[in-house]
Amino acid sequence: MQFSYYPGCSMDTTGITYKLSIEYICSKIGLVLHEIPDWNCCGATAAHSKNKMLALALPARNLAQAEEEGLDLDVAVPCASCYSRMKHTVVAARQDENMRRKLEEIIGMPYKAKADVLNFLEIFSRPEMKRACQEKMYRTLKGMKVACYYGCLTSRPVEVTGASSTENPMEMDEIVALTGAEPVEWDFKTECCGASHQVDAPKAARPLIERIIRNAKANKAQAIITACPLCNLNLDMREGEINKAKGTRYDLPVYQFTELLAVCMGAGAKDIGIHKHFFPAFDLLNEYLRKAGD
Amino acid sequence: MSRIGVFVCHCGTNIAGTVDVARVAEAMKAEPGVVFATDYKYMCSEPGQQMVKDMIKEHKLDRIVICSCTPRMHENTFRKMLKDTDVNPYMLEIANIREQCSWVHTDKEKATEKAIALARMAVAKVGRDFPLFTSTIPIHKKALVIGGGIAGIQAALDIADAGYQVTLLEREPSIGGRMVMLDKTFPTLDCSACISTPKMVEVSAHPNIELRTSCELEDVSGYVGNFEVTIRQKARYVNHDICTGCGLCETKCPTKVISEFNQGMSERRAIYKSFAQAVPAKPVIDPDHCRKLQEGKCGVCQAVCPLKAINFEDKDTTFTDTYGAIIVSTGYQLIQWQDLYPEYGGGRFKDVISGLQFERLVNASGPTEGHILRPSDQTEPKDVVIVKCVGSRDPKKGKSYCSRACCMYAAKHAHQILEKIPDSNVYVFYMDVRTPGKGYEEFYDRTRKDGANYIRGRVAKIYKEGGRLICRGEDSLLGRQVTVEADLVILETAMVPADGIGEVVHKLGIAMDADGWVQEAHPKLRPVETQTAGVYLAGTCQGPKDIPDTVAQASAAAAKVCGLFSKSEMETSPMTSKVDQSKCCGCGHCEVCCPYKAITLVEIDDREGPKKIRRTVASVNSGLCQGCGCCAAACRTGAIDLLGFTNDQILREVDALCQ
Repeated sequence: MQFSYYPGCSMDTTGITYKLSIEYICSKIGLVLHEIPDWNCCGATAAHSKNKMLALALPARNLAQAEEEGLDLDVAVPCASCYSRMKHTVVAARQDENMRRKLEEIIGMPYKAKADVLNFLEIFSRPEMKRACQEKMYRTLKGMKVACYYGCLTSRPVEVTGASSTENPMEMDEIVALTGAEPVEWDFKTECCGASHQVDAPKAARPLIERIIRNAKANKAQAIITACPLCNLNLDMREGEINKAKGTRYDLPVYQFTELLAVCMGAGAKDIGIHKHFFPAFDLLNEYLRKAGD
Repeated sequence: MSRIGVFVCHCGTNIAGTVDVARVAEAMKAEPGVVFATDYKYMCSEPGQQMVKDMIKEHKLDRIVICSCTPRMHENTFRKMLKDTDVNPYMLEIANIREQCSWVHTDKEKATEKAIALARMAVAKVGRDFPLFTSTIPIHKKALVIGGGIAGIQAALDIADAGYQVTLLEREPSIGGRMVMLDKTFPTLDCSACISTPKMVEVSAHPNIELRTSCELEDVSGYVGNFEVTIRQKARYVNHDICTGCGLCETKCPTKVISEFNQGMSERRAIYKSFAQAVPAKPVIDPDHCRKLQEGKCGVCQAVCPLKAINFEDKDTTFTDTYGAIIVSTGYQLIQWQDLYPEYGGGRFKDVISGLQFERLVNASGPTEGHILRPSDQTEPKDVVIVKCVGSRDPKKGKSYCSRACCMYAAKHAHQILEKIPDSNVYVFYMDVRTPGKGYEEFYDRTRKDGANYIRGRVAKIYKEGGRLICRGEDSLLGRQVTVEADLVILETAMVPADGIGEVVHKLGIAMDADGWVQEAHPKLRPVETQTAGVYLAGTCQGPKDIPDTVAQASAAAAKVCGLFSKSEMETSPMTSKVDQSKCCGCGHCEVCCPYKAITLVEIDDREGPKKIRRTVASVNSGLCQGCGCCAAACRTGAIDLLGFTNDQILREVDALCQ
């Protein structure tokens, strides 16, 4: 299976564990990702809060670059924010022919909006991907209780993402279940993590993180699983800080769902950057791998 | 040669202020066939009508044109007037020179010209009018009421008390509908069952009412006064002629099924009576859950029945009867909120319940014998959140309309909780509080004084932490987020039409609105009638409403039926469609487009040269035809004419206008 690939700015930095675990899985199951040449910023929050056309045009250029490659593949996007921005562009261009032409004019290259944009939850939800992963797994995390946290942008706005549910999505739960881990039923799957406000408005944004962790804990989860570099960073980096500031004792490591898959396919901790987590993430995995007889 | 008289009305200054009525009358004198024309101050008045009658005699008029207001206003007045003369009441045309001329124009010169043109059209048409005669149809004085909730019960009783026969149809094993599930009714806090069960018993005992439970509408044909209705009696597996309702079978049945009547919060048996006061007070077998009917094993009920009333061989049967009028009172159900509101747990939390579930919880004959206990652990809740407008006034997720009764029963729920659990806290999330009704605002006021906390805003999310439900919402008066911890959450959900209403509507040939409620003939002036003559509406099948409005509407529908039944024959309008079968090609376009199911295709004997053949042609049932003219427009061979508006007459009008 092949995709065009738009890594976005976080994959070599804050999202390094996401990147390493995706690469590990690719090498195991033969998934091929063709990085879009000369890609640019997706615009993120900054562009669409300033200028609508700029917010649509920046991703349009990336998608046009992918078309120019001539591979005729759908575009895989790991970051939820990049995914949202690019999906907005595809939908806008497909809904309105004038808009598509205008975007072509702005970016100065042809853009036909033929390719779909997919996040990695959508990709791994495909039956053939699940089958391929299943075949390569020889370790399990049987019994590990996890809270699958989707964040807001993989499902919202539903007019753009076409998500099956904005309140209780199940895609990640189903993928993670392949590892033997047990997704818990909980209520904060699609709540906001505070996104970039964790940096510029920490006072207002920190409680958003805490209530996610608190609800996961209250529903007996032992770890939180994400599918976005920023969600992952926010939860992972601030958990210890919250414990310190508020005297709480939250103890949930935060993993990307791909990390769990990679571990079960045999990845060592250093292969996928488990040692790079802010909140200690090694022991829990080890405990369950050992329990399962590895 | 026709002898036409034209009478131009001043309508005080209504017409004469803008139209030179004398000039209109003068101009008409020159029209072919017109032998007399005049103007007069009030043509509809007694002296005005007398003048018309006098002129008919004096000038031997045989056709009349009145230039006045809209025919909706006085066409009937003038038709009645003509009954006393030699002129056929349908040899009359009204030229509307008020609503369509004087009221909408200011330039007198141009308005007069237009009035002359309108009058000329009427003269041209009246010249081609021919006498029409009303006919009568017999009225079968027996009514069918579909749906045995409080609306159907009230309507059936009113008609029966007036001395007419009624069949009351109910698809469930017992009548009573939603009202009998309720605990108390606002604002008087009457016990709902105590005031509705006597009516149910009265229905079953009334000599003029034939009660048919476990029955569904199968087929309807015919027309006002003469509906042929086929009804399906579903198999009950219990012979109600023999059964005394002793209840022994229920106690011995080993199969437990979730109780619909208690809204899923208790169990019943596979052979069951929906509730203690059910009417008829006899059990039926639920074939989907009965072991004997599903697996062939068991049969305990048959063994224990002292009267041998159980019959596992029972089959659905159908019967047909003739009815003069039909009342639709199929009621409502609550919206399935679970799929629409995953943010409220989507049904995952046992302690998030609907208002109807709460009614059962607080009811002395309910699953908890009237103690308000959480479904999850049977403990008494201390903090209760009530959420209004779940599914109502929410076009994105639910329905755009207001369900009308929820504001009041939410206040009633709050009152009941505060009364039964003295140290409890009740929080009501609301968008607006709507209390238009006698004593309603006072009741709401009292609930607030009881201590209910009203929070203006919607609940965005309900989640669970530490065994409690957390409701996060907005207080739009304070302009900030609020979270309320609760032990029990009650969702006051939207009313939607009862399941299966679409089929009933289709079989009766009546209309539904966009939300599936049955469409009344006129929202203000004909609220209990439908577009189909002889079919009436009562209660929530027409739209959300509370019990007083439902009962009022039921009595109104019954009065309409009694009015119809007060005559033994009914005059029908002669202005119906007519098929010229020699021109009809039997294509059936008219049958498809007729909104009243008045056209059927029939086979007739005909000749083709010397050969005898059978041919399909359209045939109009003049009892059903409402004279809308759709068929005449659709007919491609011009075989159909609407009497009173024939193609020829309309073309004459067009010709006159285009002279």
